[in-house]
Amino acid sequence: MVEIFRSIVENFDWRYVVMWLIGGVLIYLAIKKDMEPTLLLPLGFGTIMVNLPLSGAIGPEGALTTLFNAGIANELFPLILFIGIGAMIDFGPVLANPKLMIFGAAAQFGIFLTFCLASIFFDIPDAASIGIIGAADGPTAIVVAQQLNSTYVGAIMVAAYSYMALVPIIQPPVIKALTTKKERLIRMPYKGKEISKTTRILFPIIITVIAGLVAPSSVALVGFLMFGNLIRECGVLDSLSETAQKVLANLVTIFLGITIATKMNAEEFLQPATLLILGLGLFAFIFDTAGGVLFAKFLNLFLKEKINPMIGAAGISAFPMSGRVVHKMGLKEDPQNFLLMHSIGVNVSGQIASVIAGGLILSFFG
Amino acid sequence: MNIFENISIDRFLGSLRYMGEGMICIFIVIGVIILSIYGMNAAMSKIAQRKKDKENAENQND
Repeated sequence: MVEIFRSIVENFDWRYVVMWLIGGVLIYLAIKKDMEPTLLLPLGFGTIMVNLPLSGAIGPEGALTTLFNAGIANELFPLILFIGIGAMIDFGPVLANPKLMIFGAAAQFGIFLTFCLASIFFDIPDAASIGIIGAADGPTAIVVAQQLNSTYVGAIMVAAYSYMALVPIIQPPVIKALTTKKERLIRMPYKGKEISKTTRILFPIIITVIAGLVAPSSVALVGFLMFGNLIRECGVLDSLSETAQKVLANLVTIFLGITIATKMNAEEFLQPATLLILGLGLFAFIFDTAGGVLFAKFLNLFLKEKINPMIGAAGISAFPMSGRVVHKMGLKEDPQNFLLMHSIGVNVSGQIASVIAGGLILSFFG
Repeated sequence: MNIFENISIDRFLGSLRYMGEGMICIFIVIGVIILSIYGMNAAMSKIAQRKKDKENAENQND
């Protein structure tokens, strides 16, 4: 007994206490502030688990390490989660108005700008993994960071999921700073269009082929997302679609959050680099938002029928949060201005574009 | 790794190339996807129109 206590005391490190506090903050944010609770809560609890002296949860035979090797080191969990996400997304608004997709592309600017900035301090694979935080897409961030062997997976995860939850706080001031009142008041009538079932079925297949031909490394990312969507749209696999949307997505999310905590050990996490990564992640989010808004303003210089530049901000992958934020901002400016269908269209485009951006980064540096 | 000892402006300048290439590639991929959706929508509405015309013709014959 005395021996056990002695070894615990000998292995105790003040940094563990800091990590317990960080774990506690993550749990608090998940429960009290409702910030991405499905991920921040398991992550917070896992952080405490791995930062106990002589923790049996990590190490060569630790359960969390085993889960990490089985599901994250080989990118299995994030890819399976993509099936669930794909099954949840209705690409109807994009199919009805395909040109909205261009904003999804423009809003990936922050990823590449942050990558350049991060490359001042970090080696290229780490810088690329940090840049992808701007995708606002947790699974993509995990796959990219893991494939590029980044040493900062834990910090990247915390940044990606925290900022995703902070979209309603981060985006409005950026949008307001870049647009005039007159621009925010631009109305965009929605011309609803019926999309044939064949189009809905062909869409995920075509996207996979195009993305795969241009960026072969993105095939797994795009393919799993689109496979989930094909299950949803085919009309003959309703029970599988329902399982993918609920049971599968929830199951993987439970393991994903707690397993990522393996990378939250004090030694790896408590470094000046973590603070810098959190800062760069915020920078990426801000410039993704700015990229979309500024691109819409640029297009307005040439368009007769003006676009409300706020919808450009929804081009990040945080679905459907970003689309709703833009819609609410539109209603706040003018209670008769309904931007929801446009902003959601841009938002789902952002989902596709961010996955393609992840694939491109893997093609460049993988 | 001490990130402040790892500062490199050369790496930054080298990365700018990837920013340009990355954004161009994304716009190309998205552009192709947009065009294929327009093509798909046009083809589907043409098929639907033909089907409708055929049905109309059959009804008239009846």
